[in-house]
Amino acid sequence: MQPTAPPDPQTAPPAEPVLLDRAGLQALLDALAARGFDVIGPTLRDGAIVYDRIARIEALPVGWTDRQDAGCYRLERRADAALFGYAVGPQSWKRFLHPPEELLWRARRTADGFAIEAEPPPPAPFAFIGVRACELHAIAIQDRVFLGGAHQDPGYAARRQGAFLVALNCGTAAGTCFCASMGTGPRAEAGFDIALTELIDVDRHDFLAVAGSDAGAALLAVLPTRPAGPEAAAAAEAVVAHTAASMGRQLDTVGLKELLQANPEHPRWDEVAARCLACANCTMVCPTCFCTSVADHTDLTGTEAERVKRWDSCFTADFSYIHGGSVRASGKSRYRQWMTHKLAHWIDQFGTSGCVGCGRCIAWCPVGIDITAEAAAIRATPGKGPHGNA
Amino acid sequence: MDARPRPTLAVWKFASCDGCQLSLLDCEDELLAVAGALDIASFAEASSTLRPGPYDLSLVEGSITTAQDAERIRAVRAASKRLITIGACATAGGIQALRNFVDVNDYIAAVYATPAYISTLATSTPISAHVKVDFALHGCPINKTQLLEVISALLAGRKPDIPNESVCVACKRRGTPCVMVAQGTPCLGPVTQAGCGAICPAYGRGCYGCYGPAEAANTAALAAAWTALGADRRSIHRAFRTFNAAAEPFRKESDAHGDENHPG
Repeated sequence: MQPTAPPDPQTAPPAEPVLLDRAGLQALLDALAARGFDVIGPTLRDGAIVYDRIARIEALPVGWTDRQDAGCYRLERRADAALFGYAVGPQSWKRFLHPPEELLWRARRTADGFAIEAEPPPPAPFAFIGVRACELHAIAIQDRVFLGGAHQDPGYAARRQGAFLVALNCGTAAGTCFCASMGTGPRAEAGFDIALTELIDVDRHDFLAVAGSDAGAALLAVLPTRPAGPEAAAAAEAVVAHTAASMGRQLDTVGLKELLQANPEHPRWDEVAARCLACANCTMVCPTCFCTSVADHTDLTGTEAERVKRWDSCFTADFSYIHGGSVRASGKSRYRQWMTHKLAHWIDQFGTSGCVGCGRCIAWCPVGIDITAEAAAIRATPGKGPHGNA
Repeated sequence: MDARPRPTLAVWKFASCDGCQLSLLDCEDELLAVAGALDIASFAEASSTLRPGPYDLSLVEGSITTAQDAERIRAVRAASKRLITIGACATAGGIQALRNFVDVNDYIAAVYATPAYISTLATSTPISAHVKVDFALHGCPINKTQLLEVISALLAGRKPDIPNESVCVACKRRGTPCVMVAQGTPCLGPVTQAGCGAICPAYGRGCYGCYGPAEAANTAALAAAWTALGADRRSIHRAFRTFNAAAEPFRKESDAHGDENHPG
């Protein structure tokens, strides 16, 4: 089977849900590995649930959940042995599709100039296990950023086109989740090859599976499945409905773009800047933040050179450095840039909000700055006129 | 290798532990390439053959703690086309800058059997307080990859790729979950410059701040977060008073959490 392009909802096959048990889920991992995919899924490491290579379902965080709040993330045991009984951790799939560091080219000096080294062969395509609805939306946003314009990012395109996405309808919401506010979850609606819903109680431990692409349907067809009756479908609906009703946070998006764009001098920016570390954690964990910088390296002998691209952030001074200095010298200007881009200017630039409500920037801010609280504070005392409280 | 003469290198030691010079000798795989690219004219730690200047590049380790060294660094500067400080001592004054917060004579009396033999300044100051510094490499000790990067950049006439971003950026690129958020471990990473490779958090420890303040370090906000995690004034004070105690943002924050009974 060839890896698929991002699924097109127009041509996606009709969803006939089936049930997989745990052995069936293992068979899914095995089938993906057998087809040459690099299978990546959630696993426990260093006190958090991260994404890494997995071969066995036992590598998943079996029986674990996470408790999340502003600036705080803790693993806790669940009462059951759920495989996906947690929300999102510090990493996102961006780590694989848009890696932290990427070699763009390497060159070697020759007798009459220089030669660019041949590009390495493309790596094995990724299969992602347990992609949440917010993350599907984040991937779709990065698709627009890297593939949507006149100039495509060839590295991203190669990694993205080959990827097989196994989505997961969330069975639990963290204290920092607000996808329901952003219209990005908790149900996986599109952009996946297979979507799972974990059904676990005293009598059963199954996964309701729905194909979202031809490739997903073809794979499900070779797995040990059984038909999902209306009862299982209803149970899966209830899982998502329960998650939707237990969001830890919310963000009022009505008129938010106009509100933020009208308040560049709101006193709240000074207030948040006093707390902000300008450490860039929020941008690093954000699944849609895409900014990079490029660095050139040469070796001691002057015979080899390379250019690397790596994650950068609007919270560093170097990132906005132009001739004469940094455009955004203060923490205030950097936080304002990040938040207004994410929630307002992104809409002008790409047609959607840059926020998918995953809550990572809230949980993984070491001082617990909460984008939903900052937006609410500005909404509570909006300025008048085009320059807000200037 | 073309026929042009290799640029000359001198390595200098001031008040320091020699660890940063050792980082240069520790470049095992690259040491021959360094010696091939640079003419090592004066490096007492490596060779007793010391040739006089002028030098194209001087690497300076250590801080200024004596009147003689305050004179000697001027001579080094005058003999050097480029001067790069290596490490926390040369760049920020080092751990020995703890004397800046007390009467150094109290330390001398406590440590030496015959204090009269000791002739020293009241303060430990970075090289930049005395002469112009062309580039400062942070760290206690410096990272050899960063040292090679600075030397390679100088040879190629390009800007060194030494970002002044926080350790957090390095942790996130590396994929280390935040020890403050996931474990409640106080960490100086958010206010500390990257460069070490974010080693300590990768082993479950908070950052000790070896690389000194990051650009735009908001130490007051971090101290408030440490307090929320249960750190007391004394431990915040001490966290900011280590290898980079005299670097201004760290000095200010340690002073803000000072103890009148324990001024040092």
